[in-house]
Amino acid sequence: MASQPDKLLMTIERYGPHLAFAEGMRLDSGVEPDRTVKTHCCFCGQQCGIQLKAKDTPSGGEIIGFEPWTEFPFNKGMLCPKGAKRYLQQAHPDRLTSALRRDSAAEAGFSSMPYDQAIQRTADSIQRIQTEHGNDAFAVLTGASLTSEKTYLMGKFARVCLKTANIDYNGRLCMVSAAAGNKKAFGVDRAANPWSDIIGTDVVWISGANVAECAPITTDYVWQAREQGAKVIVVDPRITPIARTCDLFMPIKPGRDIALFNGILHIMIEHDWLDHEFIGNHTVGFDALAEHVQQWTPQRTAEVTGIAERLIHQAAEWWGTASTSFLMHARGIEHHTHGVQNVLGAINIVLASGRIGRPNCGYGTITGQGNGQGGREHGQKCDQLPGGRDVEDPEARRYIADVWKIKEEDMPHKGVDAYEIFRKIDKGEIKGLLSICFNPKVSLPDNSFIAHCLEKLDFYVAIDFFLNETARYADIVLPGSLHEEDEGVVCQLEGRVIKINKVIDPPGDATQDWRIIQDIAAALGRTHGMTFRNPREMFEELRIASKGGIVDYSGITWEKIERQFGVFWPCYSEDPDGHPIDHPGTPRLFEPDSWNPVANGAGPFYFPDGKARFNVAPYTDPAEVTDDEYPLILTTGRVVSQFLSGTQTRRIGPLVEQYPEPRTEMHPRLAEQLGVVDGDWVTTESRRGSATLRAMVVNTIRPDTVFIPYHWAGPKSANQLTISAQDPISKIPEYKVCAVRVKKADSPPQYASELEAQQ
Amino acid sequence: MPVPEQHEFFIDPNRCIGCKACVQACSECDTHKGVSMIQLDYVERSHSTQTVPVVCMHCDSPTCAEVCPADAIKKTEDGVVQSARKPRCIACNNCVLACPFGIPKMLDDQALMMKCDMCYDRTSVGKKPMCATVCPSGALTFGTREEIEKLRPRSRPLNRFQFGQQTISTKVNMMVPRDTPTEQLDVTESMHEPNQPRTVRLAVMDDALFEPATG
Repeated sequence: MASQPDKLLMTIERYGPHLAFAEGMRLDSGVEPDRTVKTHCCFCGQQCGIQLKAKDTPSGGEIIGFEPWTEFPFNKGMLCPKGAKRYLQQAHPDRLTSALRRDSAAEAGFSSMPYDQAIQRTADSIQRIQTEHGNDAFAVLTGASLTSEKTYLMGKFARVCLKTANIDYNGRLCMVSAAAGNKKAFGVDRAANPWSDIIGTDVVWISGANVAECAPITTDYVWQAREQGAKVIVVDPRITPIARTCDLFMPIKPGRDIALFNGILHIMIEHDWLDHEFIGNHTVGFDALAEHVQQWTPQRTAEVTGIAERLIHQAAEWWGTASTSFLMHARGIEHHTHGVQNVLGAINIVLASGRIGRPNCGYGTITGQGNGQGGREHGQKCDQLPGGRDVEDPEARRYIADVWKIKEEDMPHKGVDAYEIFRKIDKGEIKGLLSICFNPKVSLPDNSFIAHCLEKLDFYVAIDFFLNETARYADIVLPGSLHEEDEGVVCQLEGRVIKINKVIDPPGDATQDWRIIQDIAAALGRTHGMTFRNPREMFEELRIASKGGIVDYSGITWEKIERQFGVFWPCYSEDPDGHPIDHPGTPRLFEPDSWNPVANGAGPFYFPDGKARFNVAPYTDPAEVTDDEYPLILTTGRVVSQFLSGTQTRRIGPLVEQYPEPRTEMHPRLAEQLGVVDGDWVTTESRRGSATLRAMVVNTIRPDTVFIPYHWAGPKSANQLTISAQDPISKIPEYKVCAVRVKKADSPPQYASELEAQQ
Repeated sequence: MPVPEQHEFFIDPNRCIGCKACVQACSECDTHKGVSMIQLDYVERSHSTQTVPVVCMHCDSPTCAEVCPADAIKKTEDGVVQSARKPRCIACNNCVLACPFGIPKMLDDQALMMKCDMCYDRTSVGKKPMCATVCPSGALTFGTREEIEKLRPRSRPLNRFQFGQQTISTKVNMMVPRDTPTEQLDVTESMHEPNQPRTVRLAVMDDALFEPATG
């Protein structure tokens, strides 16, 4: 029975999060590294190149620091604070070095156990649950920080070994709205351009992307574009650091982005700022869209978005009359119950301008997780098979069944999304869970419901390198590997496939995640297709599995990645006539004469007619609008020194010191109404929960909105408040809008005297 | 090996995003591992996200060295002002108090002044300083003047600063708007200061005009 140990403080005391600072060899400038390994950062979707310095020791070795990798073309040595300190996650005091089992007699709630026994107990539990309740009663939750080889393996493990339909991943909280929108409009899901296309544009449009804090290296591209004359437009409820000096800042009311895009298109049509030739030759659906946006007059747009009308005019004029442009967006427009519509709205103004598929004419979502792009390509999504294939497409099923050497009819059909998996746990339909690279107790919205579901599980096994907040509910914890302890590829935000290289061995019984998965398969006696000897073998099979799909990796080799500093997919192994070729990859999609397997020469977009789709994107209110009881909007996001649910970054001392605890950001006008001054304890309440945090009073946020960063756990978690309403198409939760009320707290919260900042 | 003469350091606060990559990377430098020598602060967070990174400006005539009673602070021939020499430093704090840019730090536990030495371990072997290598916004840059003038057409480097009567020229440049003249603001130059007789007349008029109403 999965439940959190009642001695929570003892669990925290034993397993952290504790802070690691540089000490010993890491402070000794006389220590020469035994090797310096070129690899990439373990955090965000930019995947900056970095060199890690390792020193071997009798106890297994240590990463003693980093050296910038100035030759890697994307970041040229640049890093953010997370990259500079990521090495401190290795050789960390909280590191799990043996398997754990829950043990109510143990002081901290868990006891170590031999690895083989933990694997066997896991396999026995899976077998029991599947025998008693059916294959789908065991679910798998995975993550987009895994290498693509591991994501491929996880999809295959669920469908071939466990034969469960219920596998989904934490990209469900991250990338799926952009993915669905891109597929609807372009037929393919990838940033359309390399970031180098940003420099030299007339206009850079950034919607819902806190670029400076969530994708810091992209800042240099934006600034360099501006040095060369670009106007920078930022749409955000907060004046983030990228907005501070932009040419036009539009303080949008959270959740109203589609109204803005429709309003911009309305003005573009009114002034005939359109590329008729492009619209006529390369798109379908413009007339219906034009009719739909007639209602989005500047006045109505201003009323709905909360942006002054003159700014909307100015933005439309700059966008409409530009010769070149780059539009970027991120979770700010995607984390909504109409996230897909927001994305389609953004794409509509790109297509209407005709500025795509050429140098300096670009569009892209800024992926969040390390393998945010690659993690959504090769089959760990509930509706997807490798190569970006649809799990319900008969031809795709046949092809992948052949690669996997199984019968097509034995392959499970579409499963449910990550949040729905929890609802099925609540209903008793799912009894067992395996999670890897996912911390839903912190990262899913309305997370007291998640805790309730975790407690209902018959059996829960978590694979992680630290005991994250969700793993505290596990029956068995298997000690997995850090990013620097394994190798494989990831795909970064430009669509560039790059190689993560191993620097050091895992300590103690900790081992590579793919070995753990295959060990479970072996203990189940279901070894078919689960006998890879190394990540390279997995990659070679992934290449074949992706061949002929939209996300075609068949022409990519690890050697080509190293030679070219990455390879942009699609990268084909054969030309359209079936002759072998040495394809260099595709940095820029949709170039006028480009070939793709869907259009097969009919045009540059990934539809049979080769044309892009305009989509009517109707405006709808957020799931929860403000009212007298809950009069304020809560929006959530990130700070630069923390990453996602904080499993890693809340254990790195210098990063925690940079921004120790979450604060509730509010405008002075609101603070005055509430009688609050900067630093006061304030309680924010929604219909789902409350959080008492210190106030941060700044005039860089809309007065009708409060902001809380979501990296913290327990009583400091922003996701106690957020709503689990989801986009009907992408199933992304609406993290960016819910209704709350805020009041000055009567007293400091209990945790203030019990927990350290990061705990 | 000295730092190549043509390589200069440029600070561009306009570009700074406050991420503190510089601060975090600085403490990884071999000459002062574990201690960061960069200050990065908000100017006034309640009103703006504007932040400014501050490294040692490496003055041509370093005030810190001029006021050091122990002659502990040396400038190498390549213009880099070094941290205090440990055998000489008496931890008197003169340098900390005198530096017009507020750079030197007194490490009390070591009784030693340390400061940014432009990553001498790196720059003296042809590498860039750590902060200027990692800075993701280009707010800190190390390169040639030609490079920066080509890459930053909107701004120009400035390396002469006025503190009261003291003019300081530095090895480190601050990027300022290219087309705007740099003016030394003196409050008295911008004041309306009527001459003496006129002042008297005005005072009389003032008295007549602003006499408090009675009744």
